[in-house]
Amino acid sequence: MSNVTYASVKVGDIIPALTKSEITRTTLGLFAGASGDHNPIHIDIDFAKKAGMEDVFAHGMLSMAYLAQLVTRWAPQPALRSYAVRFSAITHLKDRITCSGEIIEKFEENGESRVRVMLQAVNQDGDVRLTGDAVVALP
Amino acid sequence: MIDRSHIGREFGVHTAEIEKGRLRFFAKATGETDPIYFDEDAAKAAGLPTLPAPPTFLFSMDMEVPDPFEILSIMDVDLGKILHGSQEFKYFRDVYAGDSISFKSKVTDIFEKKGGALEFIVKRTSATNQDGDLVAEMTRTIVVRNG
Repeated sequence: MSNVTYASVKVGDIIPALTKSEITRTTLGLFAGASGDHNPIHIDIDFAKKAGMEDVFAHGMLSMAYLAQLVTRWAPQPALRSYAVRFSAITHLKDRITCSGEIIEKFEENGESRVRVMLQAVNQDGDVRLTGDAVVALP
Repeated sequence: MIDRSHIGREFGVHTAEIEKGRLRFFAKATGETDPIYFDEDAAKAAGLPTLPAPPTFLFSMDMEVPDPFEILSIMDVDLGKILHGSQEFKYFRDVYAGDSISFKSKVTDIFEKKGGALEFIVKRTSATNQDGDLVAEMTRTIVVRNG
């Protein structure tokens, strides 16, 4: 981690991908507790069915936390200036999320050298679950 | 349809402590393998004062209130009908274990798409630390599945 510098990167560079473990009911139970999001739609199949879903499904913020790990593995977290995602599709049980990123912009802002990284999380079939971007300040 | 008069509504300030145990639990629940997020010695070796709050952790701390879904109940929205549409964070200062973070939220927009089949609630939250410094701003878009 953290050897990356502004001069050493260029637009189009890919940052190392990160693949997470398969999402199970246990994953969702633990994340409900740890995240404080106790919405039963993620942990109680009876509630989910009553709400018209086939089964429980993952918290969007779980996938967003995964995608954040991609960024903080590549550059130290104190360098992170912004992070935004759009949840384009529901992340389901048995999804195995792979996070990837590409540098799409280098710019100066607030006296810092910054890069914008385009981010994506896909499942094992390549179906997009999240897209987003992060801005990171680099030395 | 959600009453648009809720746009501009503000919620009371609440404060949450950033606790090491909770950070470790969050790291476990997200399959975090970078030890700076759960091992204080590793964090210090990396030049950090103690365990850092990971990038999305403040979203969780903002839910540390008696009714984290109050925004839905006041708008008469069923918890089973919502999805998370998008989420943004802007970071101004680092947050570590031991910090005390105060959250203040406001409904900044409510709009619809697909002839009202989907409605969107936008909530903006500012997070301030114990020194009164703004540490982050969060914007959450909630999607309501109608019909």
